[in-house]
Amino acid sequence: MAAQEGTARGERLAELEEQRRQDRVEFRRVWEPIEAAEFGFDQARHLLWRAGFGATPAQISAIASMGPERAVDYLLESPDAPDATPEANLFDRNIMRPYNEEERRMAAQARSARDEDTLARLRAMRQQAQVEDRRQMRDIQRWWLKRMIETPRPLEEKMTLFWHGHFATSYRTIEDSYHMFLQNQRFRKHALGNYGELLHEIIKDPAMLAYLDNNDSRKGRPNENLARELMELFSMGVGNYSESDIKEGARALTGYTFRDDEFVLDRENHDDGRKRIFGRSGEFDGDGFVTAILAQRATGVYMTRKLYAFFVGDLPEDPRDDSPAAGSALDNMRTTFVRKRYDMKPLLRELFLSRHFYSDGVIGQRIKSPAELVVGGVRELRTPVRELAALLDAMALMGQNLFFPPSVAGWSGGRTWINTSTMFVRQNTLAFLLTGRRPSGPDALADVQQYEPDPIMAELRAVFGEGDDEHAVRSVLRYTLGRTPPHAMEALLDVLRRRGGARDGEALRDMLLLVAAMPEYQLC
Amino acid sequence: MDLHDSKAYTRRAFLGRGVMLASASIAAPGFVQSAAWGLPSPGALLTSLAGVPEDRALVVVQLSGGNDGLNTVVPYGMDEYYRARRAIGISKDRVLQLDARQGLGLHPSLAPMKEMYDAGMCSVFQGVGYPNPNRSHFKSMDIWHTADTSGTGDGWIGRYLDNECVGFGKGESGGFEKGLVESPTDGGPPAISIGRDTPLAMQGRKINPVSFESADVFRWLGEDHDRTLKGDYDQLNRRETQGAATSNEAFLTKTALDAQVSSDMIRKAVATQPLVRYPGNDLARQLAMIAQMIRAGLKTRIYYATLGGFDTHAGQGGTNGRHAQLLGQMASSIKAFYEDLKEQGNDGRVMTLTFSEFGRRVSQNASGGTDHGTAAPMFLFGPMVRPGVHGTHPSMNDLDGGDLKHTLDFRHVYAGVLDTWMGADSEAILSRRYRPALVLGKS
Repeated sequence: MAAQEGTARGERLAELEEQRRQDRVEFRRVWEPIEAAEFGFDQARHLLWRAGFGATPAQISAIASMGPERAVDYLLESPDAPDATPEANLFDRNIMRPYNEEERRMAAQARSARDEDTLARLRAMRQQAQVEDRRQMRDIQRWWLKRMIETPRPLEEKMTLFWHGHFATSYRTIEDSYHMFLQNQRFRKHALGNYGELLHEIIKDPAMLAYLDNNDSRKGRPNENLARELMELFSMGVGNYSESDIKEGARALTGYTFRDDEFVLDRENHDDGRKRIFGRSGEFDGDGFVTAILAQRATGVYMTRKLYAFFVGDLPEDPRDDSPAAGSALDNMRTTFVRKRYDMKPLLRELFLSRHFYSDGVIGQRIKSPAELVVGGVRELRTPVRELAALLDAMALMGQNLFFPPSVAGWSGGRTWINTSTMFVRQNTLAFLLTGRRPSGPDALADVQQYEPDPIMAELRAVFGEGDDEHAVRSVLRYTLGRTPPHAMEALLDVLRRRGGARDGEALRDMLLLVAAMPEYQLC
Repeated sequence: MDLHDSKAYTRRAFLGRGVMLASASIAAPGFVQSAAWGLPSPGALLTSLAGVPEDRALVVVQLSGGNDGLNTVVPYGMDEYYRARRAIGISKDRVLQLDARQGLGLHPSLAPMKEMYDAGMCSVFQGVGYPNPNRSHFKSMDIWHTADTSGTGDGWIGRYLDNECVGFGKGESGGFEKGLVESPTDGGPPAISIGRDTPLAMQGRKINPVSFESADVFRWLGEDHDRTLKGDYDQLNRRETQGAATSNEAFLTKTALDAQVSSDMIRKAVATQPLVRYPGNDLARQLAMIAQMIRAGLKTRIYYATLGGFDTHAGQGGTNGRHAQLLGQMASSIKAFYEDLKEQGNDGRVMTLTFSEFGRRVSQNASGGTDHGTAAPMFLFGPMVRPGVHGTHPSMNDLDGGDLKHTLDFRHVYAGVLDTWMGADSEAILSRRYRPALVLGKS
């Protein structure tokens, strides 16, 4: 009996092995580019959601008519459009500036003389600065959200958001809004640039240095925080380096600090002795350490998995559980990423053109992040923006507070965005955008601006042609959900008919209100 | 007076001894005695999972901002107290006597709490803190929430829920699949926080707590725009899951349905009239809602409420003033809460714990207030608690840079509550063995 079972298991394993081999052959095709004939409205819609924050029917149609190659190039090669929001010198860099020489002397004197009045005054000044800085942080949050909503280059903001989640740094810990702003600008500058260069810069970024305590890391007593997260979360993933690599890497990073807003290598506190990292000896400094990390195979594997999860779909924790299609796509992504020396554009270009990216298991299967839901809601439905602060607040309630990621590991994404509480917050935020009704009790004053669905409906008619109510419902669902589930067709058609049909603006708005409250609306 | 109950059994200890657990009773000696107070709630359908006393609840009350422990439990017997607090000290003749031997008394605004204390329903743990205290509100709060001095990781309640409540009427349907509850959303969510967002303490991996500021926004507000849309909304959101249960779409459909059911249950519960009159403050509002949910038979294990405003840097006041008001709100709300629970016959199954991120400095500052400090007392309420003042008051002479040195790590109190009240394994939850503080029963 046992022997029989053993044989059966052996056969089953051989079968599985054969299946895997065939899959690999089969799934080699997943990386072939999609053909022009296969790239229609639905595919263009998908591309615009994943590489951006959704789009109106006319925008989707325009991208569709470009064909896949030109469409992807259009998204990657940021069209020459002016920024909606200027960026230089927008914010005050001096609010949290540390004491200057004179103030330091004054404080020291007051301390030794037990001059309580002066100490109290200094403390009050600092507290006042903190209050102002928190206000500025809120301004910066609003600035970024506005930018996401208005940008002519959605992929740039999307990648900026990716880097923010990847190199997660929280204002809550560093309490310096200008440093958060500088870091955000750094992410934007490298949004579609080179990952390796960004990794070299991040170890010199004031916000990151403060966040992971590297400004306290000195020769003889290195702080291992940055060295550890640099490998565990920012590049290689856990299990691909040793504790000794962390210790030696931390030595390489000693003295990496900042003064005001600039990186400074504090030579006196930098350990320039020999270190042994990944089995090689040398006088590594921080840059040498990063260069060694970039040469590790694990870095390509880990980074492509993160990018895949952000742009394509959820992945199992253990790579051995990857579907054959995802596994093959990941292999291809890694090969390209490494061959192109971590340039983002060639990688994203191949990904956005691949058959895999447009396959059934991928389109419409990802849960929108709060940023995607809110920014996408405004961009897709062309609702009034209402109130940036209220939208940011709602995003925080949904679990994504910009500039305040929950930990250095960033946002987990996927299903962790969704629970019974966030489900209502999501639905109510869309209701706020569409009706102006604020999703909170005491100050639920309605924003008076009416949402006008007519322009969207005109676009839909231009794309899908004139038709009856059923045709209208079908086009609305295809554009908002990317699918036309029968139960939704039925329910919405009923609403539309009850309320005066597809020519009636209010009826259309009510229909959109219901669409945006559907569980399926959480997907893109 | 032994602060720690060395005999408190963790589940691990039980299993190690080969003791079979026949039912819900984790028999810490103190508990057998205090179980006599526990009356089953009229509405609650109690399922019995081995080792989990389904009908017990813990209410956590967070005092945000850093409550001034020294003006809460006043060490009136120590001259140093009065020297450090010339303007805001509570004079000896005004304190409500707690322990004459130690020279400790309650702030006069805590009269309702004193009544509970005298009735054996309040226990005071002194000098609670943790090593290397952090004086940042955020950081210290994170430390209390995660029970980890780095302030990182999942919340302690979140880990409790993950460890102990998988499959229990958790609003996310897992228990139904495991055959542990009768319907997918039986019993309501395992943890409910009254507030805008979920506190870090309640964040875990597997179980999602429910949070809402007021139950009235825990629903779709689109219907306020047009009531007639509610039926259509329900049609789209109350659907049984179709197709592969593993897809994101199925997950969303299921969560949407769970949300509707939880919303119905909770809003129906809080729509009832409380059985007693609550004072008119926000903590009272929150606790009244919690009492209503308990009365409605929700199987929720943990409730979370918050009272803010304790960051009294300036104009803190003494016997009167801002801090006195806050203490009065806290005490009167908790008192009303237990009167309500008693009317319901549920007081024996609800323990309440209060904490704050830190106490305040020993010396008052130049603005008639106090700055961020360290150790402070923690309170437990309920007829099951071990009444009295426990532990040692921190020295008023041997300070650490003007701050009290803690005499009890808060994680011992968590461990006591988890092991003996919640019947959980505190070692697994706190990732370390903390000797559980003795929290139950008469001493």
